[in-house]
Amino acid sequence: MNRIKEAFENKKAFIPFITGGDPSLEVTKKLLPALEEAGADLIEVGIPFSDPIAEGPVIQEADVRALSAGCTTDKLFDAISEVQEQIHIPLVFMTYINAVYTYGKERFMKRCVECGISGVIVPDMPFEEKHELAEVCRQYGLELVSLIAPTSHDRICRIAKEAEGFLYCVSSLGVTGVRSEITTNVAEMIERVREVTEIPCAVGFGISTPKQAREMAEVADGAIVGSAIVKIIAAYGEECVPHVTKYVREMKAAVALAEQGH
Amino acid sequence: MESKGRFGKYGGQFVPETLMNAVGELEEAYDKYKNDPEFNRELKDLLENYAGRPSLLYEAKKMSRDLGGAKIYLKREDLNHTGSHKINNVLGQVLLAKKMGKTRVIAETGAGQHGVATATAAALMDMECEVFMGEEDTKRQALNVYRMKLLGAKVHPVTTGTMTLKDAVNETMREWAGRMEDTLYVLGSVMGPHPFPTIVRDFQKIIGREIKEQLMEREGRLPDAVIACVGGGSNSMGAFYEFIPDKEVRLIGCEAAGLGINTEKHAATIARGTGGIFHGMKSLFCQNQDGQIAPVYSISAGLDYPGIGPEHAMLAAEGRAQYVPVTDEEAVQAFEYLSKMEGIIPAVESAHAVAYAMKLAPTMNKEQIIVVNISGRGDKDVAAIARYRGVQIYE
Repeated sequence: MNRIKEAFENKKAFIPFITGGDPSLEVTKKLLPALEEAGADLIEVGIPFSDPIAEGPVIQEADVRALSAGCTTDKLFDAISEVQEQIHIPLVFMTYINAVYTYGKERFMKRCVECGISGVIVPDMPFEEKHELAEVCRQYGLELVSLIAPTSHDRICRIAKEAEGFLYCVSSLGVTGVRSEITTNVAEMIERVREVTEIPCAVGFGISTPKQAREMAEVADGAIVGSAIVKIIAAYGEECVPHVTKYVREMKAAVALAEQGH
Repeated sequence: MESKGRFGKYGGQFVPETLMNAVGELEEAYDKYKNDPEFNRELKDLLENYAGRPSLLYEAKKMSRDLGGAKIYLKREDLNHTGSHKINNVLGQVLLAKKMGKTRVIAETGAGQHGVATATAAALMDMECEVFMGEEDTKRQALNVYRMKLLGAKVHPVTTGTMTLKDAVNETMREWAGRMEDTLYVLGSVMGPHPFPTIVRDFQKIIGREIKEQLMEREGRLPDAVIACVGGGSNSMGAFYEFIPDKEVRLIGCEAAGLGINTEKHAATIARGTGGIFHGMKSLFCQNQDGQIAPVYSISAGLDYPGIGPEHAMLAAEGRAQYVPVTDEEAVQAFEYLSKMEGIIPAVESAHAVAYAMKLAPTMNKEQIIVVNISGRGDKDVAAIARYRGVQIYE
């Protein structure tokens, strides 16, 4: 049933992030199949939130655009379900826990399954609180993606042991956003993961250039890019699709180079 | 796995993974120092010789006579150094930060009281200090912004979202996630992720402990009701905590009802909020059906917060404490009333508690006792109240 692991099979995964409903749900419906077409191996769709404490300014502004344009959790589900047949790669939701909690955990997961969503990433639900959603995710066959950060240290083993789908490796301190340099020793983080599990590891936060994507994909199983894509969406608005796909092709090619390196 | 810091079903530790070690480190340090005699001796010295504790418990005889019911006592947190109860918590937290080897503290502020208190403690204890304050609030409380700068703090106006307290909290959390090695987030209320609700409560519970001792000495008995205003809930939790086991003492929290709880312009979380998980805690929040946090409103910047500390949510659910809405108009009337009646200008936040005391006292008899926590002084609000009354003066 679950397709997340397939995204990493025999290849390095390129994982784009977009905020659902930014700048409109019509654009989201066009972007999802276009991202797949451009080489995405898995797509993260953010549910816009009024107070996204883990996001930097770029994604915060995307959330504001989406909410101002009238995006709601229900409308986002509807939009995804309208295009789900055109999408063959796994989709995961990136959502703050309040969106799930207020929607109703069961009802939320049920709709995820109906829309072909494979998993959820909840950035403000750490390991110690994951019991809030773990059971209901299991019940509906959705994978609950865990995160590790540069500050996780001894927590990495504990988190990795129970990780599902893939492990989201946060490359930098702070919030999401483009960074000129990634200073964390990501390879070392992943080594610690490898001590306990073979789960695919994808690196996110700060990646914007093909060079960074390739470097991260060399030490990990995939690269996640959010803010750099959201910036293009912000710049081109309703006309963003060709600009986004052009960028995604370049990034996917860079990630593929990392495959050959191995 | 049991999550930490639960108050009934509320509370918890809902922060990004990046911050988990930081909150863990704080918890460990607090557990180590809370019973450390040296730490407690230093804190006691600061509270007594710097902040001016114990604060007075003042019998408001004119007010009691005028209202014609219960005997009213005012707990004078407004007389503390920096003018509010906030100093109790920051002296504790900044001292803790110092013990932890931190050199920099960051804080959110609404009305500016917590920011001023943090900047004060940071100046005293030689810490770098940066305060995040919604841009809207920097305008409403321009004097406090300048005060913080005088004290050596850097003030960052927050221009995201509603540009008020909740956005200041968001921004301080983001800042902390980027720099925690040398930095402690000094949170201003009994909210946020564990261990903050517990730490802040513990540093504020001195209010209720003093009320109990002082009233025992004066009256030889417990009060019938303790009344305090509630935003995030630190002064009320501080005033209530010692009385929680004394079931005969009514605990009454006054929420900001703004233009009325039947309008969209209020910040009455218990009256109108629903269950959610935000700012690190499971609690009650003013939000829409999608869990988008509502832009709340109150004349008082200190009560203008869309959530409430998890321990209050629990006390409300258990019925141990009662929470009542008080409108802007009622608060302003109480602000003016207490000024004229007792010569005490309360913070507009505290005026919410005074307003409810004015309603409650006449329904009680002369043998009964109400204690109202005057959490802060009202100098900072004078210009805003004047404008509310149509007098155009600017600080």
